[in-house]
Amino acid sequence: MSELLQFFVSGLTVGAVYALVALGFTLVYHASEVVNFAQGEFVMLGGMVTVFAYAAGVPLPLAALLAVLVAIVVGLLLYWLAIAPARGATAVSLIIITIGASILLRGAAQIVFDKQFHKLPAFSGDTPVDLFGAAIQPQSFWVLGGAALLVLLLYYVMERTLLGKAVMATAANRLAARLVGVNVATIMALAFGGSAAIGAVAGILITPITLTSYDVGTLLALKGFAAAMLGGMGSPLGAVVGGLLLGLLEAFGAGYISSTYKDAIAFIVILAVLFVAPQGLFGRRAVERV
Amino acid sequence: MSRRMQVLRIVAAGTMAAAISSFSAMTAAWAADTIKIGSVLSMTGPASFLGDPEDKTLKIYVDKINAAGGVDGKKIELVVYDDGGDANKARTFATRLIEDDKVVAMVGGSTTGTTMAMIPVFEEAQIPFISFAGAVEIIDPVRKFVFKTPHTDKMACEKIFENIKQRNFTKIAMISGTDGFGASMRAQCVKVAPAYGVQIVVEETYGPRDSDMTAQLTKIKNTPGIQAVVNPGFGQGPAIVTRNYAQLGMSSTPFYQSHGVASKSFIDLAGAAAEGVRLPAAALLVGDKLPDNDPQKKVVVDYKTTYETTTKQPVSTFGGHAYDGLSILIAAMDRANSSDPKKVRDEIENTKEFVGTGGIVTMSPTDHLGLDLSAFRMLEVKGGDWVLVQPGS
Repeated sequence: MSELLQFFVSGLTVGAVYALVALGFTLVYHASEVVNFAQGEFVMLGGMVTVFAYAAGVPLPLAALLAVLVAIVVGLLLYWLAIAPARGATAVSLIIITIGASILLRGAAQIVFDKQFHKLPAFSGDTPVDLFGAAIQPQSFWVLGGAALLVLLLYYVMERTLLGKAVMATAANRLAARLVGVNVATIMALAFGGSAAIGAVAGILITPITLTSYDVGTLLALKGFAAAMLGGMGSPLGAVVGGLLLGLLEAFGAGYISSTYKDAIAFIVILAVLFVAPQGLFGRRAVERV
Repeated sequence: MSRRMQVLRIVAAGTMAAAISSFSAMTAAWAADTIKIGSVLSMTGPASFLGDPEDKTLKIYVDKINAAGGVDGKKIELVVYDDGGDANKARTFATRLIEDDKVVAMVGGSTTGTTMAMIPVFEEAQIPFISFAGAVEIIDPVRKFVFKTPHTDKMACEKIFENIKQRNFTKIAMISGTDGFGASMRAQCVKVAPAYGVQIVVEETYGPRDSDMTAQLTKIKNTPGIQAVVNPGFGQGPAIVTRNYAQLGMSSTPFYQSHGVASKSFIDLAGAAAEGVRLPAAALLVGDKLPDNDPQKKVVVDYKTTYETTTKQPVSTFGGHAYDGLSILIAAMDRANSSDPKKVRDEIENTKEFVGTGGIVTMSPTDHLGLDLSAFRMLEVKGGDWVLVQPGS
């Protein structure tokens, strides 16, 4: 029982980060149909900027805020300098642009920061909490709580505000949205800024547990993308479920079957799901009218 | 300022520029009379913590050697490429060093993966190659032109098991990284364990970029009778394993790390969780704590001081491997009175009683490493620093 709970919490913690990365993918995909492979770099920026600001003597909350702001600025720049000028290009070209941006960001981080691994102190101490025999780091609660809060906030904005409706409208039909007075360019910029902020928060929350370096983004982007596909690309609920599921699959795979094959187990399950339901767990089936 | 002065200044600046460019033309001509040494290091990427100090060390010491007049009156010219930890790139750069740069010797290859990829290139070109990577495969079987400076993973396993045996433990668990270093050391440990009467009861692995190992450690924790845990691996993985180990309250079981994390950054990253962790490492890590009569003391303290004052960064054993490699090569060239690759190779093999940061090196046609177990010191983390473990405890 304690073993099961230990695996469960480990899986949820890692899964919550995958979920946040997947959510970032979803938000940008929603507004612009671009799969932004630089999403992982926002997670890296969140962690690295916080680490360096904190090391320079900035109090932790301020350092975290600064990191989120830096990530938002980078996200907006990414949109204005790289995505917006290529507006007419196909989705594939845009995706390749984001891959280029991710390599650029990683290279820049390597020069601006350094190539070492860094840590942050846990927000509320390192003493593990004993929960029915499972030892849980207090930081796990921060990750889970932070992720839940972000998801709720995003849900509220998307479902209950005019801004959210404008994003949905842009996603549904860009031309029609423009005709009813939605400023499509602003909405797209907001989506990039928002996804950058989500990524940065994920990076800050997870750094005390997983450590960070200039190149943590690559793997997270891959896992987050897999989670988004599993949940159904473009579905926020799917992103969250997909992320948590992927984290749990890895933890249970490592715990009960074989740690050597845990990544393989996770990806085999994803492949199996996508064979049965190619649109993902919560994705809408794409219907094309002729 | 008058107009005339201004004109004069411009003319002066122009003359200076001309002088400088003709000077650089002169150095280019003079460059033909240098000894070219090549290096391919993983300065970026996941193994950058190896390549970065190695690169800095090579540059510091090549400058020093040149300032002191070079080797046999010739200056050393160092050509360094960054493979980013990618074996494919390493091989391409190795070919470039031989075909385009025409180097007479090669030092470097930060990881076992990149080194193994480059070996065929240098063997075929018959250029001596001193690697800075860990695995025993590099020098076993012995290849004519390939040498290495760091202790092998097999020696690390033996040193750990020696200590485990002294503490009368027989049943251990092992959790290893699946990267080249972890996989190779794991295999060596499995091979030498029976010789020390050690039985590996459970074995777990983790990916080099994994961020949570509690699932694997929980399995080890729930296996009855485990007396010690060994973690072959390098990079940030072992730091996370160490943190999870403490998180799960397993610290009462002795925990051994490998020489792969023998740097101060491991203690920084693992924090309080690192307390009590033991690992085998070169003398360099505890240079100032060595007794004064230790033959290595002077070399390691000198290297540490030079590296730390020049780079303003804490010394690591990895940079020390580069120092040893370069020093062995330069000494061999000096003895050979030549930079002919074949003569240099013969002299590298003749290295006797060379005191380096990694140990005292005596090579032979059957041993292209030249270190024994005494080169390793067993260390323990205490109060956020390394201390020497007294033999027998």
